[in-house]
Amino acid sequence: MQGGATGLAYRGRTASIGFAHGRLVRVDADTNGERVAGNLAEEALALRAAIDAASGQIADLAGIAGGEAAQILEFQVALLEDEDFIEAIFASIGDGDPADVAWRSALDAQIADYNSAADEYLKARSSDLADLRDRVINILRGGEGKALKIPSGAVVCADDLPPSRFLEIDWSGGGGLALLRGSPTSHVAMLARARGIPMVVQLGAIPDIGATALLDGEGATLELDPNAEQVRLFEKRRESHRKSRASARAILRRPTASWRGERIKLFINIQRVDDLEHADAQYADGIGLMRTEFLLTERGGLPDEETQFQAYDAVLRWADQRPVTIRTFDAGGDKPIAGFTLDGEANPFLGVRGLRLCLARPEIFAIQLRALARAAVRGNLKVMFPMVTSAGELEAGRKLFADVVQRLQADGIAAMLPELGIMVEVPAAALVITSFKASFFSIGSNDLAQYVLACDRSNGALAPLMDPLHPAVLELIARTAEHGRRAAISVSLCGDMAGDPRCLPALLNCGLRELSVNASALAHIKQTIDRLSSGGGLG
Amino acid sequence: MLDKADGQIFTGNVRLVHAVGMHARPAVKLTKLAKKFQAQISVRVAGVAEWINAKSVVKIMAMRAAHGSTIEIKASGSDAEAAVAALIDLIATDFPDEA
Repeated sequence: MQGGATGLAYRGRTASIGFAHGRLVRVDADTNGERVAGNLAEEALALRAAIDAASGQIADLAGIAGGEAAQILEFQVALLEDEDFIEAIFASIGDGDPADVAWRSALDAQIADYNSAADEYLKARSSDLADLRDRVINILRGGEGKALKIPSGAVVCADDLPPSRFLEIDWSGGGGLALLRGSPTSHVAMLARARGIPMVVQLGAIPDIGATALLDGEGATLELDPNAEQVRLFEKRRESHRKSRASARAILRRPTASWRGERIKLFINIQRVDDLEHADAQYADGIGLMRTEFLLTERGGLPDEETQFQAYDAVLRWADQRPVTIRTFDAGGDKPIAGFTLDGEANPFLGVRGLRLCLARPEIFAIQLRALARAAVRGNLKVMFPMVTSAGELEAGRKLFADVVQRLQADGIAAMLPELGIMVEVPAAALVITSFKASFFSIGSNDLAQYVLACDRSNGALAPLMDPLHPAVLELIARTAEHGRRAAISVSLCGDMAGDPRCLPALLNCGLRELSVNASALAHIKQTIDRLSSGGGLG
Repeated sequence: MLDKADGQIFTGNVRLVHAVGMHARPAVKLTKLAKKFQAQISVRVAGVAEWINAKSVVKIMAMRAAHGSTIEIKASGSDAEAAVAALIDLIATDFPDEA
C-alpha cells in the first residue's frame, strides 16, 4: 500500500514494536532452506560440485580484493584443497550423512576447535571458517552462494524470512526487519519481539530501489530514501515512544502487579541464556518459559549433557530463588532439527513433534532429562513437556525422568525429579484437563489458537481468522484456569496473547493470574495491568 | 616407519621464527610448498609423538606450533631430500612472500 504523497512510504502490519533508521538491505527469499538429500553417490557429487563452485567464487573474490584479503581467502582455498580434511567428509557421506550435514559437522568441529584456543589470532580465523561453511552450504541449497552479509544496524527487507536466517544475522547493532509477506504470529516475529528488533510484515510489493530506510514498528510503516522532513517526523515518533516506555519502566520497578486486589505474577519467556541480559528481565517474578531448542541449533550437532547442564544452571543461578520453568525440546512442526526430527511428514504441525518426538527418541531425550535432573538440585526448577495430548504421554515422560534420576543417584550424582507440568496447547488436553496429574499447567496460546481455529499461524492469508480472542479459544483457556483454581494447581499462559495488551482484559477475566511474556514486553504489560486495575482503558 | 622399497627417509629440524607461530598464512605456504613434491612429508613439533601430513592445512593449523618451537620434518619418496631442504628453507627464512 502506498502511504500518501510523502514519497516512498509503505504500510504493513506490526510484528514487533520499535524504530530503526539504517541502510536498506534486501535478502532473497530462501525458498529451499531445507534441501532434500539424494543417495550416497548423488550426495558425494553434490558436495564435490559445491566445493568446486566455492573454490571458483573465492578465487574470483581474491582476484578482486587483492592484498591482505586475498591472503585470508587463500586460507579458505587451501582448506578446500586439503585432501585429508575433505576425504573425511566424503567418508561420512559414504556412511550415510547428507552432503550438507557432513560438511557442516566437519567445519563446525574446526570452528569449535579454533574458538576454544586461547590465542586471539586463531579465534579470529574461525570466522573465515564459518564464512566458508556457509558459502558451501548455500551452494548446496541451490542459493547463489553469497553468504549473508548484513551491515550492523541495517533494515533488512525480504519476502519472508525463516527463523534460521534471522538467527544468522547479527542484530547486536540494532536494525529492523521489513517483510513483504510474513505474519505477526510467525516464529521469526516471536524472535524479533524477544530481541526487541522492530519488525513490520505484509508490506506488499515494494520497488527494488532505496539505499536507506526508516522502519517504524509501531505505526507499521517503511519509508525508503526519506527526505529530511520524514526523518524529523520519524525521530519525533521514536522519541515519544521512548518517553512512553520510560513511564512504563517506572511502573515496572514496583514490586508486584495487581488487578482488583489480586496479585498477578509476571514471568518472562527466554529463547536462550543471553535473553537474561535484557535490562527489564530482573523485574520478572521468574522464568515462565525457557525454550531449549536453541541448544539443538547451536552449530556442532546435538548438545551433550554438560553443555545443557551449564545452560540450565546459568539460568537457575540468575533466577536465585525465583521459579524457572524449562520446557523440554519442542522440535518438529516448523522447527526441523537435523538428526532429530523426522523428515517427509506430510503435515508436520500435526506430526511427531514436541513430547511425541522426545518419547520416540528416548536416547536424545534422556540426555536432556539427565541435565535437567542435575540442575534441579541447584534451584527452583520446574520442567514442562510440550505438545501433550493424553495423560499417558505425561506419565511416560515422568517414568523416563524418574529412571534417569534413579540412575544418577545410584552413581552418586546429585539429582532430583523436579516438579512436572505440561503445556496446554492441544485442544484435547484442554478439554480433559482434569485427567492430567501435572504440578502445573502452562497454556501455549499460539498453538492452542492455531489448532482450535484450524489456521496455520505462519500463513498471513489467514490472519483475519487467526483471532486469539475467538470465544472457542477463550473457553478453553477459562476451563484450564478454572480447573487450576479448584485443584490449587498453578496455571499460566506463555503465548503471544500474554504480551498483547489488547488480550489482557480477556485473559484476566478468564481467571488467569500468571502470565509469561518476553522481557521486552514486561514493562508495557505491567503498565497495562496497572491501568486496567485502576479502571482505565488500554491506553 | 615409512621404509618402503625405494623410500629412504630424510629428516631435518628447523626453528619456527615466525612471530605468531604456525598460523594461517605460514600454514598455507607450507602446505602449498609440500604439495609440489611427490614425497610423503610429515612434520611435528619437537617433543610431540604424532607425525602429521605436511600437505594438510587443517592438520598443520591444529599442530598449534608456537613461535620459537622446533619443527621436525621427515620425508620419503623420490624427491624426499629436496622436499626436506625446501621446507627447512621456507621456515628458516620466515615464509617470504615469494617462496
